[in-house]
Amino acid sequence: MSNNNTPNEQGRFGDFGGRYVPETLMPLVLELEQVWKKAKTDPVFIEQMDGYLKDYVGRPSAIYHAERLSEHFGGAKIWFKRDELNHTGAHKINNCLGQVLLAKRMGKTRVIAETGAGQHGVATATVAARFGLECVVFMGATDIERQKPNVFRMKLLGAKIIPVTSGTGTLKDAMNEALRDWVTNVDDTFYVIGTAAGPHPYPEMVRDLQSVIGREAREQIMQREGRLPDACVACIGGGSNAIGLFYPFLDDKQVRLIGVEAAGKGLHTTKHAASLSGGKPGILHGNRTYLLQDDDGQIADAHSISAGLDYPGIGPEHSYLHDIGRVEYLSATDQEALDSFQLCTRLEGIIPALEPAHALARVGDLAVELGEDGLIVMNMCGRGDKDVFAVAGHLGVEI
Amino acid sequence: MSISRISAAFAKRAANGQSAFIAYMMAGDPDLATSRELLLGLPDAGADIVELGMPFSDPVAEGLTIQQAAQRSLLADTKMAGVLSLANDFRKLHPDTPLILMGYANPVHHMGWQVFAKAASKAGVDGMIIVDLPPEESEPFAQALTENDIALIRLIAPTTVGERLPKVLSGVSGFVYYVSVTGVTGDAVPDAIAVAYAVQNIKLHTDLPVAVGFGVRTPQTAQMIAACADGVVVGSAIVAAMHNSGVKAALKLTAKLAKAVRSKS
Repeated sequence: MSNNNTPNEQGRFGDFGGRYVPETLMPLVLELEQVWKKAKTDPVFIEQMDGYLKDYVGRPSAIYHAERLSEHFGGAKIWFKRDELNHTGAHKINNCLGQVLLAKRMGKTRVIAETGAGQHGVATATVAARFGLECVVFMGATDIERQKPNVFRMKLLGAKIIPVTSGTGTLKDAMNEALRDWVTNVDDTFYVIGTAAGPHPYPEMVRDLQSVIGREAREQIMQREGRLPDACVACIGGGSNAIGLFYPFLDDKQVRLIGVEAAGKGLHTTKHAASLSGGKPGILHGNRTYLLQDDDGQIADAHSISAGLDYPGIGPEHSYLHDIGRVEYLSATDQEALDSFQLCTRLEGIIPALEPAHALARVGDLAVELGEDGLIVMNMCGRGDKDVFAVAGHLGVEI
Repeated sequence: MSISRISAAFAKRAANGQSAFIAYMMAGDPDLATSRELLLGLPDAGADIVELGMPFSDPVAEGLTIQQAAQRSLLADTKMAGVLSLANDFRKLHPDTPLILMGYANPVHHMGWQVFAKAASKAGVDGMIIVDLPPEESEPFAQALTENDIALIRLIAPTTVGERLPKVLSGVSGFVYYVSVTGVTGDAVPDAIAVAYAVQNIKLHTDLPVAVGFGVRTPQTAQMIAACADGVVVGSAIVAAMHNSGVKAALKLTAKLAKAVRSKS
């Protein structure tokens, strides 16, 4: 579907990507590449995926005209791609389903996952429960504190939660710990990575599995509006929901693609998670990509009000799309996300997750810029139930 | 003379029917000055080769002991320049003992493969182990190291089998580092029979010495591994001794381990 045959044989998108993992994992990563290559064109696998996506996940997700928000901003017509309506409440399950089916194909009996906001952990635990696999989720101690409802959901689903206290106890540290577990249990374990990052083939595989979002959105907007949108907008932590929305539009040069990173307390501070706007290329978690790091190549701690965006790196394909200028990368602060969270809730009766609330903050500006004839599709990639407690805290409300 | 320094160290032990003892420590733990004391004392305590760990914020192949050592080092504000200055001091005092730097790709990549290789050579470094730089990704750095006469030492894991083994071994110099367990450093205890078998298998594909590490903590295990390998690496145990009881204790343990390695049955 895309103009690019990226990644190349080495798993590179331009200068980004690759397979920077310890030797113990290399044979496994190479095997996974072969298994994925076969599976994605295997009619049996495709039929299996389509079936579960329809009946279990609830796809296709709706596309919805956010009329009152469009009116509020006074510009372009805004459509939400409603991936928050998926089973488990976010886009994450599109990917988990595919990876868990692959784990079964490879004869693995145990899946592990890292999680930030807990959405990927919940989705993995859900699919693992459905297919009867043992599931272990690594989660930063800080995130466990701010995402209590999701932690309990995972436990209900039978997953074992391992709190990670190293570093700042957030997503990056959870991923370190998951990699350590994987190195130790290579024989029976499949690592279900939640974002479009990690060693090849993960960035490609996660993109392919999430591209269902963009394929549906493209078809739906053509049906409803009779034309392509002027812009597609999505929030970016590692970037799986964004690449899923963008990928099927890459060839449509007239469609602006806009990723919104988390600016935390502001890009002028050190408390943000905007790897593209504030980072440099480096090597972490199996890939070469833009990273927040200090002058000596030590990885810096990210900050965001949203646990799902709180990561110092970004998927390598985004680094590539950034450098070739195909996608514009903007950012939104914690405060802007909080404001958009409340605005969307009051005007549309949709409580967004704090992650897509970042995207919504820039959709407002863009709507004005494009004017009344404009057409915007934003990925509402997750619902905000999980954030209700944290938002109450930020608003000074005790519940 | 970097790479030949490594060969000479192994050859010297082999001539007496012995294995080489390789001691690992973390640069900058608990601070640069104290770690310098340990580093400079290791050869006299019995280390034939020294591996100096470069601290990294996200060391995914390390167990808790070395993770925490790296964290302490970074908290004490250790920089790559500081690590290289330690190497430089070591080289002045110990002209014959090989010094290997071991760490992760990002700090090296950040400095630049070429720039780093040159600086390391100037500081007297003989070999480099970059844990997250498999053969598929190592080309630019391998070239920079070759130009500076520094050995690129690769890890071979229990999962490195079949056609992959000769592939990983091609282009390796200095010695081969066999990771004795599928896991992180300092965790599980290796199975001596499996290790012996793996080392024999590696030797079918290379003439280089084979050293074994990850999980070797006690003199008993070290002695057992020495019986089937050209070199034995101990890291976590020395790092733990340094942290719990200081430089003297770490050197004392090094002496014990070196003695055990040399008295292989």
